[in-house]
Amino acid sequence: MQTLLHEVMAHLPMLAVLLPSLTAVVLLLLGDHGGDSHGGHGHHRLLWSRRIALASVLLGLLMAALLVQQAATGELTVYRVGDWPAPYGIVLVVDRLSAMMLLLTSLVAVPVLWYATGGWDSHGRHFHALFQFQLMGLNGAFVTGDLFNLFVFFEVLLIASYVLMVHGQGRVRFRVGLHYVVLNLVASALFLIGVALLYAKTGTLNFADLAVRVPGVTGPDAALLQAGALLLLVVFGFKAALAPLSMWLPATYAAASAPVAALFAIMTKVGVYGIIRLHGVVFGADAGPSVFLVAPLLLPLALATCVVGVLGALAAATLERLVAWLTVASVGTVLVAVGLFTDAAWGAALYYMANSTLVVAGMFLLAELVAAQRGDAAARLEPASPVSQPVLLGLMMLLAGASAAGLPPLPGFIGKLMLLEASSAHTWQLAVWTVVLGVGFLSLIGLARAGSILFWHVRDEVPGTAAGASPKLIGATTALLAATVAMSVFAAPISAYTAAAARQLVDRESYARAVLGPQGIQTNTTRPYRFAPAVPAAPAAAPVAQEAGR
Amino acid sequence: MISMEFLVASGIGFVVACGIYLLLRGRSFTVVLGLSLLGYAVNVFIFAMGRLWSGAPPILEGAGPFADPLPQALVLTAIVIGFATTGFVIELALRSHHENGTDQVDGIEPGEDGEDRDEAERGPGR
Repeated sequence: MQTLLHEVMAHLPMLAVLLPSLTAVVLLLLGDHGGDSHGGHGHHRLLWSRRIALASVLLGLLMAALLVQQAATGELTVYRVGDWPAPYGIVLVVDRLSAMMLLLTSLVAVPVLWYATGGWDSHGRHFHALFQFQLMGLNGAFVTGDLFNLFVFFEVLLIASYVLMVHGQGRVRFRVGLHYVVLNLVASALFLIGVALLYAKTGTLNFADLAVRVPGVTGPDAALLQAGALLLLVVFGFKAALAPLSMWLPATYAAASAPVAALFAIMTKVGVYGIIRLHGVVFGADAGPSVFLVAPLLLPLALATCVVGVLGALAAATLERLVAWLTVASVGTVLVAVGLFTDAAWGAALYYMANSTLVVAGMFLLAELVAAQRGDAAARLEPASPVSQPVLLGLMMLLAGASAAGLPPLPGFIGKLMLLEASSAHTWQLAVWTVVLGVGFLSLIGLARAGSILFWHVRDEVPGTAAGASPKLIGATTALLAATVAMSVFAAPISAYTAAAARQLVDRESYARAVLGPQGIQTNTTRPYRFAPAVPAAPAAAPVAQEAGR
Repeated sequence: MISMEFLVASGIGFVVACGIYLLLRGRSFTVVLGLSLLGYAVNVFIFAMGRLWSGAPPILEGAGPFADPLPQALVLTAIVIGFATTGFVIELALRSHHENGTDQVDGIEPGEDGEDRDEAERGPGR
């Protein structure tokens, strides 16, 4: 039993990817409900799909928690797939940041899936399998230690998201879905060009190896390498909705069904994660001629993202659009913190990112709960019939809005405070303070306006929806909002963890040593395509580094 | 004499230019064609990033020159993914055409404003 547990622990990074993938395969084999939602075989299949999917995400949550516990000690878990030594084989690396992102994904996935079992999963085909494939892509993107592998997992999560996006169907979803797919395919093409340029100039795609080799690329080669890296900033910026590439997000997220939009809240964070890993670390400090490559771009663009996001939120005509624009503003705030390029700011960025993901996901679910009780007006911000549970939904809206706008004592406030503190002594301090505080104030106005229209400015003569939301839907939404409150209660340990994660990220040497082994740093100085007498030693000649599993 | 590198590079550039032109068109079919062209150009680009070799084995043999096998492996993955996504986007474009009654990417035929749309969508075949 002890050895079995030990084995499982050793393979946790891989299992985090395999579990959703295997679950998805099982769900596909089980088959679709075929539109049969009451009685009959289809209904039984749907029930079993729900049970399997929920069990799988709960197990995933447990595994992510174990990985966080393991990473919290500061240990880097390196998993060499097929026991090929890095950088020749593909590695999965779990550091504090990866483990945290895995946990965040699970924390969003569990309540969202629970919410979806309240009925959304029967409005289209294969919802549960696609949901699991999306989780597989997300988890894979967060654990991989290889840039091309990141591309592959990006594609996995995107392909699942293309189908989830049009889940529930309808005219608007197909139209917006087509835009979403085409834009993402163009972004994927740019991703490949960027990856190819990086490979051409460094001869590697392993993050640790890239960090070792990038400083050595000088002269005209460095210009091409930087062009590749900046193309990747376009790609990651597009996923993260960095202005001016953020225009697609509100339409897409507002058109998607509520649980899908809530799950997509974590998808923008994959872009942020990519920027941190590649532009923050590989092209960060000590990168030789490419040092702090994106620093002059990232901060102004992130500040612009905040402004665009909050202005969009003020102008939003529906509650879903409002939440979608607030997503843009919150990603902007996270990227402002990333763009400051200090440990303290990154700690704040990670803390705020975790909180804003949970809040935004909760708000997307809440928006649908409110819309469902307002008759024909749905989520449009105009006077309509009163909702049937004004106190409950109103309080939830108040809690979510206060956290999104950053009111004390909620974690949105704590994150912004950490960010403002970290920006002191930075040359852009004035701009950062103005924008972050202004955005908080304007989001508060936007949310207050929405809240007063939805809950107070009611027309009693219009017949409303009599039924309240089912306890399951309320419970799932409350769970997400409760998680943000928990982030406030446990702010000290969580912010200590994110600060440690930020310090671990910039410690490039320990990362390289853990991934490449002590030999790796010495032997990988040979550049590709140069036929100096010293041909790189065959991998077998170097002592094979210890596999993680042993 | 024109080098092979120059030919391949300008060829990729030309295909990318065509792809971008088609991508910016208003009908979903040309957009899909543009995506495919862009995908082809990117695949050749990845391949070319391993440098252009003639007569060199893609396997390390002693100290001799060898063609880099890694971009070839990468390009295979990219081709497979590109093929699948193209298939999907064609299907999606067809569905969008069916639902919206037009293959214009924003769902509105040129010359119609928003008011006429509901009328137009109930057009022939519905």
